[in-house]
Amino acid sequence: MREAEIRRLLAANLLCALSIVLAAVVPAFFLDGFSVLGTHLTWLCVCSVCVATLNIILHLVLKPNQSPKRRSLAHKISRFLKCCIYFFMSCILFHAIIVLYGAPLIESVTETFLFAVLLSTFTTLQCLCLLGPNIQAWIRVFSKNGAMSIWESSLQITSMCSILGAWFGAFPIPLDWDRPWQVWPISCSLGATFGYMAGLIIAPLWIHWNRKQLTYKSR
Amino acid sequence: GMVSNWTKIPPPLFKKVVIVLIDALRDDFVFGSKGKQFMPYTTQVVEKGTSYSFIAEAKPPTVTMPRIKALMTGSIPGFIDVVVNLNSPALLDDNLIWQAKIAGKRIIFYGDDTWVKLFPKHFVEYDGTTSFFVSDFTEVDDNVTRHLDRVLKREDWDLLILHYLGLDHIGHMTGPNSPLVGPKLREMDNILKKIHISLLSKEEASLPNLLVVCGDHGMSETGSHGGSSEGEVHTPLLFISSAFEKRSAPLAQPEHVQQTDLASTLAIGLGLPISRNSVGNLILPVVGGKTMREQLRFVHLNGFQLSRLLQENTPAYEKDPGYEHFKIAEKSHGNWIKLYLEGNNSEILLNLGKKVLKQYLEALKTLSSSLSKQVAQYDMYSMMVGTVIIMEVLLLLLLSVPKALSKRAEFEVPLSPPMFSLLFYLMCLMLCAVHVIVCTSAESSCYFCSMSWLTAVGVMMLISALMCGILSAIAKIFENSRLPPKVRPCINYGSNSNWSEVDVLILAGTIGHVLSLGASSFIEEEHQTWYFLINTLCLMLCQELCRNNFLLKECDPQHSTNVRQNFGSIGETSECKNIDIPAASHSKLGKASPSTEFIKGSDKWISLATPWIILICCRLLRSLNQTGVQWAHRPDFGHWLTSSDDKSELSFLTAVSLLMIFFLVQRRCSLVSKIAMALGLLGVYSYRAAIGNVIFPWQHDGKDISKGITEARFVYVFVLGIVFTGTKDLLKSQVISADFSTKSTGLWEVYSGLVLLAALLFRPHNLPVLVFCLLIQTMMTKYIWIPLKFDAAQITIMHYWFGQAFFYFQGNSNGIATVDISAGFVGLDSYVELPAIFLTAFSTYAGPFLWAIHLLCYLSSEVSRNSAAVGHGCFCYALMRSIPVAIYVVLVTGLRYHLFIWSVFSPKLLYEGVHVFITAAVCLFFTAMDQNHSYKVQ
Repeated sequence: MREAEIRRLLAANLLCALSIVLAAVVPAFFLDGFSVLGTHLTWLCVCSVCVATLNIILHLVLKPNQSPKRRSLAHKISRFLKCCIYFFMSCILFHAIIVLYGAPLIESVTETFLFAVLLSTFTTLQCLCLLGPNIQAWIRVFSKNGAMSIWESSLQITSMCSILGAWFGAFPIPLDWDRPWQVWPISCSLGATFGYMAGLIIAPLWIHWNRKQLTYKSR
Repeated sequence: GMVSNWTKIPPPLFKKVVIVLIDALRDDFVFGSKGKQFMPYTTQVVEKGTSYSFIAEAKPPTVTMPRIKALMTGSIPGFIDVVVNLNSPALLDDNLIWQAKIAGKRIIFYGDDTWVKLFPKHFVEYDGTTSFFVSDFTEVDDNVTRHLDRVLKREDWDLLILHYLGLDHIGHMTGPNSPLVGPKLREMDNILKKIHISLLSKEEASLPNLLVVCGDHGMSETGSHGGSSEGEVHTPLLFISSAFEKRSAPLAQPEHVQQTDLASTLAIGLGLPISRNSVGNLILPVVGGKTMREQLRFVHLNGFQLSRLLQENTPAYEKDPGYEHFKIAEKSHGNWIKLYLEGNNSEILLNLGKKVLKQYLEALKTLSSSLSKQVAQYDMYSMMVGTVIIMEVLLLLLLSVPKALSKRAEFEVPLSPPMFSLLFYLMCLMLCAVHVIVCTSAESSCYFCSMSWLTAVGVMMLISALMCGILSAIAKIFENSRLPPKVRPCINYGSNSNWSEVDVLILAGTIGHVLSLGASSFIEEEHQTWYFLINTLCLMLCQELCRNNFLLKECDPQHSTNVRQNFGSIGETSECKNIDIPAASHSKLGKASPSTEFIKGSDKWISLATPWIILICCRLLRSLNQTGVQWAHRPDFGHWLTSSDDKSELSFLTAVSLLMIFFLVQRRCSLVSKIAMALGLLGVYSYRAAIGNVIFPWQHDGKDISKGITEARFVYVFVLGIVFTGTKDLLKSQVISADFSTKSTGLWEVYSGLVLLAALLFRPHNLPVLVFCLLIQTMMTKYIWIPLKFDAAQITIMHYWFGQAFFYFQGNSNGIATVDISAGFVGLDSYVELPAIFLTAFSTYAGPFLWAIHLLCYLSSEVSRNSAAVGHGCFCYALMRSIPVAIYVVLVTGLRYHLFIWSVFSPKLLYEGVHVFITAAVCLFFTAMDQNHSYKVQ
């Protein structure tokens, strides 16, 4: 059962990675002059939307956390609305953190906000899919030995990798190379994307190698 | 077959020469749109008059004193001249002024008194104005101009030098685009007009006069200078004389020349020998009116001087392309003279002469460039000796980490005499042998060889002793590792899993920062590194706080047993560990166990908000002073506040800041210090009002501005008083062994005295930096450090990081331009070396220094929990400082031929060096405090 689940995780993650690659390549056929560097904002939107839809579909198909009892429609709707609000809040929070890190406050607000949306897609959206709007669970997952299933481990790894990728992506900004990818926020968003993809690939492998040590407690 | 009169110096070309040096005159102030608008007369002369205009390139460091040296000697001064810029000793190199004096020329000088210091007995008449009161825009220049009418009427001088400082001061205070620049340029234009007309009216048939207009350096977009940006390096250079041909067509773009070229050109123009170390080329158009024979003679003189300089400096001078070119040109010159003497005075001769001239110019250019490269000769032997000592000290520190961070915090160099005495002597002997060999075979001068024998032997003994210390430390580690694991004190951090995220960040940040020092852009933008690191640190702390507040309360029993198991295993490992047992186990377990008394109610939320408040503070401070290079021109609050028309905002901000400082500092002071502090801060405000930075609410008219000496001294009295009270308490706690609180009050009083001093020295717009510094310290102490129970090492490193960030928040950078020299003159009538250096250093390094002293205050209040806290703090602080310095010295040695070595890497080295001195002083203070304590415990 464990092996099968890891295989499912691997398949889902590879699909996500593939969708990111496609998001960078496919729109060039439909949109004139589309390129990741040239029309960065468009790419940011496309990538966020792709990853978001795929994640939601995968979540609906795979159902990694079956809830024991059926809930009413009203409950589902309120849950969905809550998720939307949480997602928006996380975008605002990421935007604030990026500004605190030194991004301009008034200029290039769009760039910063879209970057925040991308980061939220890579991190918060997955949390929402997997854990629902439940802050307590989030904090539990993101502390040491807090994961309770391989899906949660994967979530831990991909989120950390995306954030770390964005963090490392800020390094080349002060260099005086005058490259097109040094423009705000390209290096950071590329860093986050590569970090996310790396996380997607690392997560199943890491879980596979450490499957002996990982003992998840049942809820 | 050379002509006989070549040995004699040609006669002067100009009778009287006036040099007008306008400090910080950028090329676009004359040739650009500003010049057209504000300097109509000069523009007219440049475009239609009898003049030649050039853009002279200054070499960095673009600071006045080295530039004057370059202008007058034609050589390229070394970097160390920046350091002595404040206190210039007399110039002993061969220079134009000295040559002119020997030749009997009468020289008059008015302007910046740097000249008077450089050339103390050279002027028949002089009036020096001091350049350090940067807020003075008009008086400095009026002091020069008031002599002008009288001097221009007189006939008893040959060379007149005027150095105007006002433009530089305007640049420093308000930048190149301020409304004050225009009127100043107009004033300069009028002065140039006056001089030019007077020179023309005096002219006799025999010899024309010459007016030279130049700048010593330009200014950057923020108005400062010292670096190597285009605006700082490019200065205009005008030669105006009736000897020149009238310009027919307006020139397109002035030609580029080197600043050093002026010395040789003026020497030829005045009929003087070119100074010995000059690397400049004759600017040919200036002598263009002379006959071909004379012109050839001038360039030959210049070439001869350059090739002789090359001979002196390079053994293989004959292979130098410049020298070869010069020899060829000399030969064709000889042939030309032969033809000339034969009376062959035709078009062909002229064309031939032009060809020779071209050959000469080519040769001069190559000679100059190879000579300029020559200047960068490195004294490798001395550099190696210094590097070896630094690396040995660093290794020793690193090897003693486990011991120094142990419970007893002992730092000793283990030396087992029987084994190492032999090694020590052998090493000494070997080093001496190397020293003798190197010094006897060295061609160029070597600093370490020129030291006295006793000192050299002392240094070698130090190297050997350190080496033996390192070897014995390594031996001891091996010895320990052979013992059974139960008894062995663990030294390897790597394997244990109990590293918190903060530890990982601290390690990664330290390594990352050190590595970033290898790239020039990262040095220019080092503030970004530190801002980035402290932001990440704050977020980490936030996460840690969240975990403490939310997670551990709701954790289910199973989870907590898991945690307990986890920490049980850590406890086991830390039992075998000698490292900081009480602190480590305490902190970890303290964090793990759900502490009921931890923080409750509203405190909890304030504690959770703390990292965010700190982050917001840091973001505000970041936009107070834009620093670095790439984004330095961005608008910031600092410039908005200091620009002349919003004085009321600045006054309000200053008043609020001073009030906040008082409230944040007074909590832990005694009553007397509280009153002294309040009066002192009032004094700070009245000082700023006296020198015209801020206004009192009841005064609306523009009142007279003084130097504010009385007010500043009034504050100094209180600073000394508070520090003295603090020291008295400290001594009392040591000698009479009074209660513990006396000591902590004493330390805090010393700290508050220093805060008051910083408040006096900081520019008013920088006072928020001080406020936020105190605010962050207070909040961190109350809500983060004490509740989360970090150990001394972690807290030290956090303090160090914040100190570094505050260094840049103040507006400092790794370039020379941002050092605020005016702080060295607060409360002083004139330049007094020692206090000026002390005050400048203090105000520059106030950020790191105040954080270090706060660390001491915090750690000594922590002693009740961890008796070794101060010792650990001191050790970590020293280590944190020595790692980057040691690695940077090695990096810089490796990068010594880098293009930016003088503009980026060497200023940074200077900053690092001064910082090490300050750290050494701080560590001494730490040790003194710690010694008292350990003495008492025993």
